[in-house]
Amino acid sequence: MAQPRILILRAPGANCDAEAAYAFQVAGGRSELLHVNRLLEAPGQLADYQILCVPGGFSYGDDIAAGRILANQIRHHLADCLQEFKATGKLILGICNGFQILLKSGVLLPLAADFSAPATLTWNASGKFEDRWAPLATVGSKSVFFAGIDTMYLPVAHAEGKFVPRGPQVLAELEANGQLVLRYGARPPAGAVPNMTASVPYPDNPNGSLGDVAGVCDTTGRICGLMPHPERHIDPTQHPRWTRGPLPAAGDGLRVFQNAVGYFR
Amino acid sequence: MLWEVDIYPVAGEPDRAGSAVAAAAADLGLADRLRVAAAHGYLIQGAIGEAQVGRIARELLVDSIVERSQIAPANDRRLIDAAAAGIGNGTSAAWQVVYVLPKPGVMDPVAQSALAAIADLDLKADAVRTLRKFWLADLSGETLAALCNKVLANDAIEQVVVGPLPFERLELGSPYRFQQVTVSLRDLDDQALIRLSREGQLYLSLVEMQTIQAHFRQLRRDPTDVELETVAQTWSEHCSHKTLAGRIAYRGPDGSRNFENMLKETIFAATREIRRSLGANDWCVSVFADNAGVIRFDETNNVVFKVETHNHPSALEPYGGANTGIGGVIRDPLGTGLGAKPICNTDVFCFAPPDTPPAAVPRGALHPRRVMQGVVAGVRDYGNRMGIPTVNGAIYFDPRYLGNPLVFCGNVGVIPHDKSFKEPKAGDYIVALGGRTGRDGIHGATFSSAELTHHSESLSGGAVQIGNAITEKMLLDVILQARDRGLYHAITDCGAGGFSSAVGEMGEKIGAEVWLDRAPVKYEGLTYTEIWISEAQERMILSVGPDQWDAFSALARSEGVEATIIGKFVATGRLQLKYGEHAVADLDMRFLHDGRPPVVREAVYTPPAERELHGGSARDANFTDTLTRILGSLNVASKHWVIRQYDHEVQGGSVIKPLVGLNNDGPSDAAVLRPLLASRRGIAVACGMNPRYGDFDTYHMATSAIDEAIRNCVAVGADPARIAILDNFCWGNTDRPQTLGSLVRAALACHDLAVALGTPFISGKDSLNNEFRFVDEAGHPQSIGIPPSLLISALGQVDDVSRCVTMDLKLSGNKIYLVGQTKNEMGGSHFALVHSLAGGHVPQVDAEIAAKTFAAVHRAIASGLVRACHDLSEGGLAAAMAEMAFAGGLGATIDVARAPHALGADPAIDAILLFSESNTRFLCEVSAASADAFERQLAGVPHAFLGSVTDRAVLEIVAGQRSLVSIDIAVAKAAWQAPLNWP
Repeated sequence: MAQPRILILRAPGANCDAEAAYAFQVAGGRSELLHVNRLLEAPGQLADYQILCVPGGFSYGDDIAAGRILANQIRHHLADCLQEFKATGKLILGICNGFQILLKSGVLLPLAADFSAPATLTWNASGKFEDRWAPLATVGSKSVFFAGIDTMYLPVAHAEGKFVPRGPQVLAELEANGQLVLRYGARPPAGAVPNMTASVPYPDNPNGSLGDVAGVCDTTGRICGLMPHPERHIDPTQHPRWTRGPLPAAGDGLRVFQNAVGYFR
Repeated sequence: MLWEVDIYPVAGEPDRAGSAVAAAAADLGLADRLRVAAAHGYLIQGAIGEAQVGRIARELLVDSIVERSQIAPANDRRLIDAAAAGIGNGTSAAWQVVYVLPKPGVMDPVAQSALAAIADLDLKADAVRTLRKFWLADLSGETLAALCNKVLANDAIEQVVVGPLPFERLELGSPYRFQQVTVSLRDLDDQALIRLSREGQLYLSLVEMQTIQAHFRQLRRDPTDVELETVAQTWSEHCSHKTLAGRIAYRGPDGSRNFENMLKETIFAATREIRRSLGANDWCVSVFADNAGVIRFDETNNVVFKVETHNHPSALEPYGGANTGIGGVIRDPLGTGLGAKPICNTDVFCFAPPDTPPAAVPRGALHPRRVMQGVVAGVRDYGNRMGIPTVNGAIYFDPRYLGNPLVFCGNVGVIPHDKSFKEPKAGDYIVALGGRTGRDGIHGATFSSAELTHHSESLSGGAVQIGNAITEKMLLDVILQARDRGLYHAITDCGAGGFSSAVGEMGEKIGAEVWLDRAPVKYEGLTYTEIWISEAQERMILSVGPDQWDAFSALARSEGVEATIIGKFVATGRLQLKYGEHAVADLDMRFLHDGRPPVVREAVYTPPAERELHGGSARDANFTDTLTRILGSLNVASKHWVIRQYDHEVQGGSVIKPLVGLNNDGPSDAAVLRPLLASRRGIAVACGMNPRYGDFDTYHMATSAIDEAIRNCVAVGADPARIAILDNFCWGNTDRPQTLGSLVRAALACHDLAVALGTPFISGKDSLNNEFRFVDEAGHPQSIGIPPSLLISALGQVDDVSRCVTMDLKLSGNKIYLVGQTKNEMGGSHFALVHSLAGGHVPQVDAEIAAKTFAAVHRAIASGLVRACHDLSEGGLAAAMAEMAFAGGLGATIDVARAPHALGADPAIDAILLFSESNTRFLCEVSAASADAFERQLAGVPHAFLGSVTDRAVLEIVAGQRSLVSIDIAVAKAAWQAPLNWP
């Protein structure tokens, strides 16, 4: 296949769209920014793209709760076309606010009959917005986006990033399915089962996420959401300590976008 | 029907809002262990039933994994009675409920969003208002009142209701009935003119009032209210800078001078001289002309920079004041040329110490801890939501900022060369773009030019504005697209003075007709005058040609942003306002802009006589202890609590972050970022300020601030030949000749050093009358004036960011050099501060050596010879060395006796070498292999090898054989992080 097309979904208050578009471009894709209003007017155009990226930011100000309003818009008006997008084997990536939106809209994990989600992203244990870098480890091989990646060092920048499943059973199920694909801290030892606590201490687990979960994928591994920002670690000079050592060729986050683009090559 | 949805954390989730209230109550000595539970909620008005409200709660408002809700008709006992609401283990007796709601007319963005989202659920609500709610147990009426006033709510924007809500409907505003108001000005005597100026919040002088009176007597009519308001706003200090741009007769230690326009003859003049000497290589593009200064960046782009203050609003309502301060300054680059893309924010604050005893805070002033928390939250929420990284800042603490904090907000933007200028055309539409107009911020421009008093809170509550960052982000998205498609001729922001200021300035050379009834309003009932002078946020004015309008309005609509034609630029030379059929104002633009009588002021400056350091206690006792106390002093201490709350990396261009080093926690000298993701060309942003030096001589305070801002940029790798600077003068009441004199002296210093270093000022802003007046407990009038406070902000450039360096030590065995001369300059130092010493000599700048030093250090860094570089400022050599060591997780052993100095046998030589704050000094870490080359680059500049980096995790400072300081770097770091390590 030729160069895959990536739709970067803009919305009022989205603000990591340009750097997400740039990251996909460096990885060899063709990024296009599209306002959610255009997609609502003509949902069919989604079919023209291979990858949908919901970038970070504060969609609709995160008024009410992070990602809530755009998540509802997606659930009410775009559920069908997204279902089709999924069914045709395409990729969806939600970063930070995008993760919150994918989770709360049911795109990432199915909602219950009363539209309640099986897990949420809520206020950081610290109770405040924090920008800091976190060590990350991938678990399992389910996610297309993290193929071949063991560990990454990426920044988080959010107030509502604490992953909380609706009870231990949900967590156990996601774990059993291999969907808890990205964790804060070092790679957990083989056979370790995540529980309803944060076992990696602050600040390595920067928000108190239960099970130390930083990113989740759906049952196919083609839809993925994560709180850290891979698009902020493309150039090696973005690393907070690059002045201390030799400059590597690229930042850790680039692989995520190369994996996505490479999936269609 | 009015419904209320209350939302509480579920059992097991923390009650954060409640805990915050309990902590604040304890801080302020109001209640030791307050029993409090908090909720937030929504009032929803509409013809909907309980099941539908339940659906709204379930699908929109409540996150049932972490929250529970209580839904009932407003004032139902389930919402009022504690036990029924599930508070306090089934007992109701002790608990009281307190509601906090935004006052009618105050911006409530969450409610607006909720209203739209309810419609998206196919349900119809007529109005929504958010609320916060607190349950408080066992409180006396007095404590409850104090708590409401000092902790739970801010009277400037919120209403507090104890017990059930006193209304059953939400007010939606009532229709406005046009009524033209004329002010009988012509017959007033001087007393009445003064009274009108004060009571009408015009804040004009008698001479100015007389000038307006004479003008209308000549026209044989009285002005309308809106005409008078327009003149007052245009002539306000805030908008016209009449004091500093006015006539000043100055007498100082540097002689006497008569200025026609003080700013023009000092700061602007310096830039003119520098540009002339640069000739064809002049890299200034537009200075002191537009909303921000513009300089050349690369082959296609310029960069623009502006720093504003938002002091008075932040004193009254810290969150809203800082929020709209940053929102306002972002609109400056956005309103420069045809609109620059904002790429980073800077924020500098001045507060009274956060541990000020609550009893020492005068009536009408907020506690400095509350001010600081509110200001930081305000900047955080606006900057983060806009997606603009906040990369640089500083905080200065001094008791004299009590009641009058300073909040400096800055923004850098990038703009293509061919979009850097604008020109409105006669015949263009005047287009309002962005947010709607409301009653917010009335009289902000005139209010900010007056002194704060303990009445300000009630008098000027309307001057406080609340921002909505997402509205501004949407505005930004439209403007950059419209700019690139060439859909308008000019743009400016609505800041202080609102439409009045924006249209008045843009149409100054043409003439304008404005149709006020067409301006979109947030609610009904606004008078034509309120529409004209409202400082509602997130609005821009554009000059759009009739041939551009269709495409422009279609673009705005497609992004969900409101664009409205509110008038037309017409070649009449007049400002004409209409409301429907009615002409409500007709002013001559020349009178408006040039009719103000010149302000003539006396200025006198006599610096206090120089004395040696004296008083205080045990200054030579223990240098290790002194260093620890300096590191733990508020000005020097780590600001990580603030920095981490700002997104300093959004947009992806971050190169040098505000916190650097082995554990990402050392204090960087400046921020570096790449404005263009595909390029390695960067900008450096830094600042310099030291209000303590102003107590000695404002000349040297100013040169020290410039030196500091430049050396911070140079320390990370910026080219000193391409640094532009901004001035922000915040001073006390300049009606006093001494106070104005101290400012003029600082401006003269700015001129002299800027010219000597070839570092041009490109923009600036002043804020005068920063004093807080109140009546003390004994009934005596008191006044606290701020210390002279000059902020210098610097914008540097870096050819290749991969050559940048940070301040953390890198490798054991590397050599440590001190660059620059150390002098006996302990006046205003942190050494003097922690030992309560007075006197001493204030640091000065040797311009010739400074120019050579900056150039040499830059050459060394650009040649890759420097592994770490840190500027020396508060706390001098010892503090800088300690910071480098603990940031790098390495030790160092240095001998200060080797430092370049001419101190001879000064008995205090050890203390001076360790802690003097002499300017133009750097510490550099250099590998042994690079040492010779480094020394060659530094030839002709004072420098010395002091010692080496060690892996012992201890900082050892000796003078020859004598040990002066020995400190474990973990201990030093802990002392530095402790004071502001807030939860």
